[in-house]
Amino acid sequence: MTTPIRQHLIDPEICIRCNTCEETCPINAVTHNEDNYVVDPAICNACLDCISPCPTGAIDNWRIVSTPYSLEEQFEWDELPEEDENLTLEETAPGAVEEALEDEVSRLLAEAHAGLGGKSKPPASASTPYVNLYTRGEPAVAKVAGNFRLTDGTTDSDIRHIVLDFGSHSFPVLEGQSIGIVPPGVDAKGRPHHVRLYSVASPRDGERPNHNNLSLTVKRDVAVVEGVRHEGVASSYLCDLKKGDEVKVTGPFGTSFLMPNDPEANIIMVCTGTGSAPFRAMTERRRRRRETRGTLLLFFGARTPGELPYFGPLMKLPDRLIRKELCFSRLDDQPKEYVQDRMRKKGDGVAALLGEQKTHLYVCGLKGMESGVTEALESLCREAGLDWKSLAERMRDEGRYHVETY
Amino acid sequence: MDSIAVSYDDLIPNNVNLSGDRRLQRALEGWHPGYIDWWNSMGPDGFQEADVYLRTAVSVDPKGWAKFGYVKMPEYRWGILLAPAEEGRTIPFGQHKGEPAWQEVPGEYRAMLRRLLVVQGDTEPASVEQQRHLGKTCPSLYDLRNLFQVNVEEGRHLWAMVYLLQKYFGRDGREEAEGLLTRRSGDADRPRILGAFNEATPDWLSFFMFTYFTDRDGKMQLEALAQSGFDPLSRTTRFMLTEEAHHMFVGESGISRIVQRTCEAMKEAGIEDPTDVDPIRALGVIDLPTLQRKANFHYAVTLDLFGAEVSTNAANAFNAGLKGRFQETKIDDDHQLTGDTYPVLRFEGGAFKTVEEPALSALNARLRDDYERDAAGGLKRWNKVIQKAGVDFAFSLPHVAFNRQVGAFRDLPATPDGEVLSREAWDKRRDEWLPSDDDLAFVNSLMEPVQEPGGYAPWIAAPKVGIDNQPGDFEYVRLKG
Repeated sequence: MTTPIRQHLIDPEICIRCNTCEETCPINAVTHNEDNYVVDPAICNACLDCISPCPTGAIDNWRIVSTPYSLEEQFEWDELPEEDENLTLEETAPGAVEEALEDEVSRLLAEAHAGLGGKSKPPASASTPYVNLYTRGEPAVAKVAGNFRLTDGTTDSDIRHIVLDFGSHSFPVLEGQSIGIVPPGVDAKGRPHHVRLYSVASPRDGERPNHNNLSLTVKRDVAVVEGVRHEGVASSYLCDLKKGDEVKVTGPFGTSFLMPNDPEANIIMVCTGTGSAPFRAMTERRRRRRETRGTLLLFFGARTPGELPYFGPLMKLPDRLIRKELCFSRLDDQPKEYVQDRMRKKGDGVAALLGEQKTHLYVCGLKGMESGVTEALESLCREAGLDWKSLAERMRDEGRYHVETY
Repeated sequence: MDSIAVSYDDLIPNNVNLSGDRRLQRALEGWHPGYIDWWNSMGPDGFQEADVYLRTAVSVDPKGWAKFGYVKMPEYRWGILLAPAEEGRTIPFGQHKGEPAWQEVPGEYRAMLRRLLVVQGDTEPASVEQQRHLGKTCPSLYDLRNLFQVNVEEGRHLWAMVYLLQKYFGRDGREEAEGLLTRRSGDADRPRILGAFNEATPDWLSFFMFTYFTDRDGKMQLEALAQSGFDPLSRTTRFMLTEEAHHMFVGESGISRIVQRTCEAMKEAGIEDPTDVDPIRALGVIDLPTLQRKANFHYAVTLDLFGAEVSTNAANAFNAGLKGRFQETKIDDDHQLTGDTYPVLRFEGGAFKTVEEPALSALNARLRDDYERDAAGGLKRWNKVIQKAGVDFAFSLPHVAFNRQVGAFRDLPATPDGEVLSREAWDKRRDEWLPSDDDLAFVNSLMEPVQEPGGYAPWIAAPKVGIDNQPGDFEYVRLKG
């Protein structure tokens, strides 16, 4: 059997034959007859140039097929064929093509989503994201508009809020998406550095609305090995950036860890440290739109309040926007408390939300938190008479359960 | 890459290095207040304070030329954007074919080119004026947003033409640019230049018909100008075409949604006969025969915009390399048309027949034929909607001689089927083919505004997908107060 591929198609029911895609395609992969505009599977390289100029959205259709539909077949269509749900792209990394169209990044995202235990899907009401607009070969150049330390000067945890300005280049992102940063220079073996992914911490309209910027939450990665202090290449590069510095950026990446646009949706967010970045974006999105119908519930863990990024601004958010469960593992006068402990404590409320069809659950942070959180979910579900394992699968398949850990 | 990025630092966003040309920048900045005055007095009536979810061109690069966000229309950033220059582009047709494309206006063609720009430019503000009262009867916030998107982009297209006039035509150009703000659609003393742009757009059905049929003429004209040997005009119009596509989308999908709703309502009520007009109208939807009559009207008015079938002006503009044919570079001939002929339909000796005319002078006829083929596409789609619903009806385009005021068929009493009657017989049957006062009054009676997010007037179906992939109840326009 041939390897299934992801074929680019145009929805003939929505297309108005305006010729914009044919005009835009840099390699002449789009053609037409009297009825339909079609994409030649032998030519199209999924560069996505045609997606944004399409006035109808007809252009943004993809089918996993074992044999690509020929031009002749496409010319005859009155509507798109049903997708064969038995076909998947498992031969490549799970979700690879959808998430990033770039192998190196796809691998990173596949690893990050591995905790989900199956193919990740976006929420039904999520917007369609742009991916891979900028690549290693052709990165976007952003200017640093600000770099602020979020954590207390007294702690050794250096977490930064970095604002990147894209000037006149469009860099559209959705909450939950990541961008790639390639540190300049080469590694010890003389090879270019690997790309690193960072979740965007600002909502889709930007850190400062409509100024074409975005923010990141970056922790300086420090390891002390045999008394010698080592710093992570990319995180130090980012943390040391000055206002006005230029940064090469790839992406955006990620098509599943996205927020539901449905204002009624409940969102449970579980994170530690810089895993809070996508949740800051989602919360800010709802705050700006004054959407308080769906519940936002945040479980956020850090060692101390001084090390919890955005602690101050977070405390100011009203409870009717977001319920905050902040827990700390290094407070002098209190026993250690991790996110999973707090989730257990609030088990009834969590289980009640999980029982609702409009609830979405997101987990983001270090790989180490996964098992604890899963155990907490299992036990709090059990107590409420729910089976977490089957619920998790169902929520995942419905695009309502998302894990991104690293 | 620099020529692709838009400079938003300037008052007027542009990718033409405006700040490097002080004289031009001053001329445009001088024109700008008049433009804003025009927009405030002649633009959408009653919605200047609303936040509208609009796309703004931030770059002509395909990967990011449109950004969506809430904007108050008077604060929309109308910019000057040219498609990227093609390295070593040559003039693709006419007597200068093969010579390097002009970056300045050739002296001998100055007047002709200025006229082309003024006629094209005049249509842009005209349509905004024609549509200024529609907002008050919007069938949904989705449609309201689409109307405003069309309006602001027509505004930007005016800017595009004004840029060319001011940059390349000195004092004459500045005066013409003022003139574009002075004429008014439908004004008896200072009308817009082309007839169809002085007709009112009184209701949403007319708006959808206009964007489908008449904006499509705009597309054909822009396509022909995009071939121009005058490179700045070619680059300007190429970028305008990407925006024009949205206008055609609004028209084609708008009619399609009306057709869908009518068929659904008929099925629900168990009405099989699409010509059983009264019970269908009683359902609060627009009967298919009325839609056909509206289409007949708009199609005929639009055909008039192509001018006389045989025209020396068109021949001169082609010969000069200023205005080509539809998709000129895809046509397989010598692109000079010396000695070629083109079949043009005539009514002679009591019958229609084709006459071979010199291809050069028959360019208007050819563009009109291209238009006819292009316009037929949407009808095919609408007919599929009807077919799918199981209703026995099909739309068709009327004969080119039907109800014409310009060209060879002017005042010929031809029916939509191409039968030529006596004037008296034609007049008697007029209401079979063109909307009657009664039809228009009925359509008008349906025009009640729906301003709830996610709500749609009962005569039109919801769209299949939202703009920018937004959900169904998205608040495309935030109304004030």
